[in-house]
Amino acid sequence: MPVTTTPPRGVPDPAPSRADAGAAVRAASTGRVASRVFAGLSTGAGLLILVTLAAVAAFLLIRAWPALSASPEELETVSWFTGGSVAEYVAPLVFGTLLASVLALLLAVPVSIGIALFISHYAPRRLAQGLGYLIDLLAAIPSVVYGLWGALWLIGQLDPVFTWLSSTLGFVPLVADYQAPAKNIMSASVVLAVMILPIITAVSREVFLQTPRLHEEASLALGATRWEMVRQAVLPFGRSGVISASMLGLGRALGETMAVLMVISPGFLFSFFLLRPGQHQTIAANIASKFPESSGLGVSVLIATGLALFVITFVVNLAARWIIARRAEYSGAN
Amino acid sequence: MTAAAPAPTPTPTPSPTSSLLASDAYRRLPRWSTWAFASGSLVVAFLVLLVAGGGLPGVAGVVALGAALFVLSSGVTSRVVEGPRRAADRLATTLVTGAFLLALIPLVSLLLLVVTRGAGAFSWTFLTTDMLGIFGDMSEGGIQHAIVGTLLITAAAAAISVPVGLLTAIYLVEYGRGPLARGITFLVDVMTGIPSIVAGLFAFALFTLLLGPAFRAGIMGAVALALLMTPVVIRSVEEMLRLVPNELREAAYALGVPKWLTIIKVVLRTAVAGIVTGVMLSVARVIGETAPLLLTVGMVTRVNWDLFDGRMATLPVFAYRQYESGGAGIDRAWAAALTLILIVMILNLVARLISRWFAPRGAR
Repeated sequence: MPVTTTPPRGVPDPAPSRADAGAAVRAASTGRVASRVFAGLSTGAGLLILVTLAAVAAFLLIRAWPALSASPEELETVSWFTGGSVAEYVAPLVFGTLLASVLALLLAVPVSIGIALFISHYAPRRLAQGLGYLIDLLAAIPSVVYGLWGALWLIGQLDPVFTWLSSTLGFVPLVADYQAPAKNIMSASVVLAVMILPIITAVSREVFLQTPRLHEEASLALGATRWEMVRQAVLPFGRSGVISASMLGLGRALGETMAVLMVISPGFLFSFFLLRPGQHQTIAANIASKFPESSGLGVSVLIATGLALFVITFVVNLAARWIIARRAEYSGAN
Repeated sequence: MTAAAPAPTPTPTPSPTSSLLASDAYRRLPRWSTWAFASGSLVVAFLVLLVAGGGLPGVAGVVALGAALFVLSSGVTSRVVEGPRRAADRLATTLVTGAFLLALIPLVSLLLLVVTRGAGAFSWTFLTTDMLGIFGDMSEGGIQHAIVGTLLITAAAAAISVPVGLLTAIYLVEYGRGPLARGITFLVDVMTGIPSIVAGLFAFALFTLLLGPAFRAGIMGAVALALLMTPVVIRSVEEMLRLVPNELREAAYALGVPKWLTIIKVVLRTAVAGIVTGVMLSVARVIGETAPLLLTVGMVTRVNWDLFDGRMATLPVFAYRQYESGGAGIDRAWAAALTLILIVMILNLVARLISRWFAPRGAR
């Protein structure tokens, strides 16, 4: 243990207890420059986090300001600009972003809950941890690789599924008029769903594992089957955890760039034709596709859309964390 | 669909009173019935598709139809023999197991695809040449410049975010009390959710405002990645520092060691394996980031060793650009993806090994 090799040095300070750490800081730093410097450094690093977050908002706002304050005539000079103002330009992008993310969430959440339950309550105990790692592997794969996978493999696999959907359920406007290749928002959402599976699964799994053992055993002792036990004890206990996990996943999906950029064929419409290409685009993918060729006011417009994305994800994450924090207070899990 | 069946059932084991077992309330399908239904459904699905489609059916179709048949047949049988409650239980088990198997499809197909497609262009020459003078349909060229760029930029990002993250975690665990610490904890959580493209825009806005609109350098990408990496470092280091038992700190204080020396010589030294693991995992997370690098450092065709001047090539952006250019580029994109995945997997593996080998004994 390192503690035995540490020689006592200098003036012996009164030994502080953990509960009284604030007093300990003061006591330790009274006569000691080094102590004060170290405490200052670490506090400074903490403050730097606050400053950085404020700086992100500030710098984006400064660079976006020319576009936000520009007249419609000035905005016309940007070759790809549509609509009369930045707000009109960003509106279909916000719609596309939300639509893709919500679709991804609808696909991912049921599967994630299933996986989390499988790992926490169904798989053999010895295998469970290894299976958990397997799902975590999905989180380690770079987004550009997901993009390649989606654009060069998944689209081909989804093609017969979409053809079948569109021909049998074509009277539902949502899935009407499928056109190959499947470079539509549904394919992008499938890729996004795979990308957010790991985080939703990881958080839900942790919550399910925290279910009080006595609740589970009480349920089983009353003769419940495994599924009834899960419904009576595990799911009610984990509900808020699953909700916040889903919102974290939503935050991820909102900001994901490459998968959408490489899969979708872009368009700027408020359209609910999920299987048609050229209808939707997301904020992040739009920035990535236009940014390298833009300059001047064009860059400002794109940064303004980025600011919108920042605000949306900030609010979603804030809400998710708030739910988690509220849960931690009353759950008694810790 | 069948893997969960032999798992130990938490339902109460029936007592040896055989008269009770024979009664209707305890009538159960035998263990092997799940396997029988599964294989039977697959065979029936295969035959149906063979007759209906007139040719060898695809694996996906057989599995999909087989799964549907399995749910239907075992559900109905179980409902008749065991009653609705056990039928619902069986259905839930099937769905939960199915969800897990479903998630394995993207993982397995993606890894297989990257390895098989990437192996084509992947070679030692590919790793050690750059793209200078490669155009059109030429299939030569390599990723040396992109590897150098990725390693330099990621190292710079780590050099920024590790000290900041380490000190912030120390503040949160050892010093922080009251509203400031709570606020920082909360904002670190929120910071984890910053979209990577917004981080790229921030780095771009910061440097172009300070150094002129045409400024491009690897350090821009490094700052963007550092913004994404710092909260991950803070979280993992914080977790590790909280695992260090208080007895060690108190023993050090009792020997008269000042607080800052206790932190450096006792707390950090005890947690060093976990910290290294956490840092490597966070490096593995940002090394594959594409969007912020696409906005800031762009792409060049040769090696650029200078982080502070000029554009740089990086592996993820290289893969994307090559995919966009099509033709021989697709093969290079897959090979670059393979290289990237190999780097990420090696980092993950080494991180896990470090945490296993050097785990502090008696830390819990």
